[in-house]
Amino acid sequence: MLYPRIIPCLDVRDGRVVKGVRFANLRDAGDPVTCAAAYRDQGADELVLLDVSATPEGRGNALEVVRAVRAVLNIPLTVGGGVGTVDSAVALLDAGADKVALNSAAVADPSLLSKLSRRFGAQCIVLALDAARSEAGPPWEVVTHSGKRRTGKDAEAWARRAAELGAGEILLTSFDRDGTGLGYDLELIQAIANSVRVPIVASGGAKDSRHLAAALEAGASAVLAASILHDGETTVAQLKSKLSLAGVEVRP
Amino acid sequence: MKNEINKAGSPLEVLVVSTGTANTASVLSAFARLGAKARLSDEPSAIRDADYVVLPGVGDFGAASMRLEQSRMREPLVDRIAEGRSTLAICLGMQLLCDNSEESPGVKGLGVVPAAIGSFSEPLRVPHMGWNRVDVEDPGVLESGCAYFANGYRLASRPPSWSAATTSYGGTFVSAIERGAVLACQFHPELSGAWGEGLLSRWLERGRGQA
Repeated sequence: MLYPRIIPCLDVRDGRVVKGVRFANLRDAGDPVTCAAAYRDQGADELVLLDVSATPEGRGNALEVVRAVRAVLNIPLTVGGGVGTVDSAVALLDAGADKVALNSAAVADPSLLSKLSRRFGAQCIVLALDAARSEAGPPWEVVTHSGKRRTGKDAEAWARRAAELGAGEILLTSFDRDGTGLGYDLELIQAIANSVRVPIVASGGAKDSRHLAAALEAGASAVLAASILHDGETTVAQLKSKLSLAGVEVRP
Repeated sequence: MKNEINKAGSPLEVLVVSTGTANTASVLSAFARLGAKARLSDEPSAIRDADYVVLPGVGDFGAASMRLEQSRMREPLVDRIAEGRSTLAICLGMQLLCDNSEESPGVKGLGVVPAAIGSFSEPLRVPHMGWNRVDVEDPGVLESGCAYFANGYRLASRPPSWSAATTSYGGTFVSAIERGAVLACQFHPELSGAWGEGLLSRWLERGRGQA
């Protein structure tokens, strides 16, 4: 069987992990390589590295981080954040990313998805889709630029279009739930999972293993977890054993 | 590192075929962790002579096949596989060993494995992405375990004269084949944790006799 993936996400700015990762037993919890190795050892099925640098210098550091993380990581690595051109995606793949995630740039220029997909294959290209419930119009609209811009674009239609253009996976973040600990937006997961054939990685709002199980039940193939892991509340291994007790088969 | 095979002497040299489309950094770093020296090349003579050759794979069947043709890498690859010399084909690399693929109708693969690559049937999610069981009845270099996959197409049944590992997604498909020192995996050993590292080091060990 294809096991559901538990994916920790590291936010990296200027070469350092931000959002305060707190591992009990790490000397330097700001070092991306140390954090990546810790998650690898906990049994993470994949790692997402999100570059939240705001400057070109910071982005240069991100390539170094990808190279260093790649050297120690024997599981898949997805890199996103500020991937704006074909060249920047190629640089990340060359540095050691297995997949690149595109967000705002793909909304601005959807042909980026097809160009990259033709060259590297769909399994290499992830659409990072940030969606928020909207007041009027479609049930969920696409938001970009870390939630600062509401586009009015129908999230379900955008997911379908992106998959047609060659995105091989959708990293779906609920803007409403992100950071709340209230659980994933299950209706959003269901709606997007029903709109496309590519796998969905659910993100935004997880607090405990029941939230993870609910997202998988709603149609996600993988779940992203950030704050619950960084805060040291739990580990990937603990989440997996709880899921397993609840009847969700995970990779041993 | 427990899977490191090169405890003494000069490091084993592994040549990774540059197909232009694949992201090869993961493959290079996996061999580096095992203590081997891996480098990229698209030189036909180097591919002919190397002790170990890896045909990696991310990308499009048609584009990769064309690239092998244009860089005259096709013949040295076909020869070394026919001779049973240490060769590892990964993901699209495994598919390229076959006759053709539904992904790129009309494009010829290397044809060293007499089979055609097909697509998964509806209504499965595609690509087949993530970790899945690999089952081996008769362990050689291949052993049973859990591997990371990222594939939209697959080999449906075991080709004659190859031993095979199988994986279940919808139905059963062939997730790896092996013959002598030639190993082809639909999954990514370089991304399959300690189990994948074990597989890579057994493949290196297997080739030691002939290298």
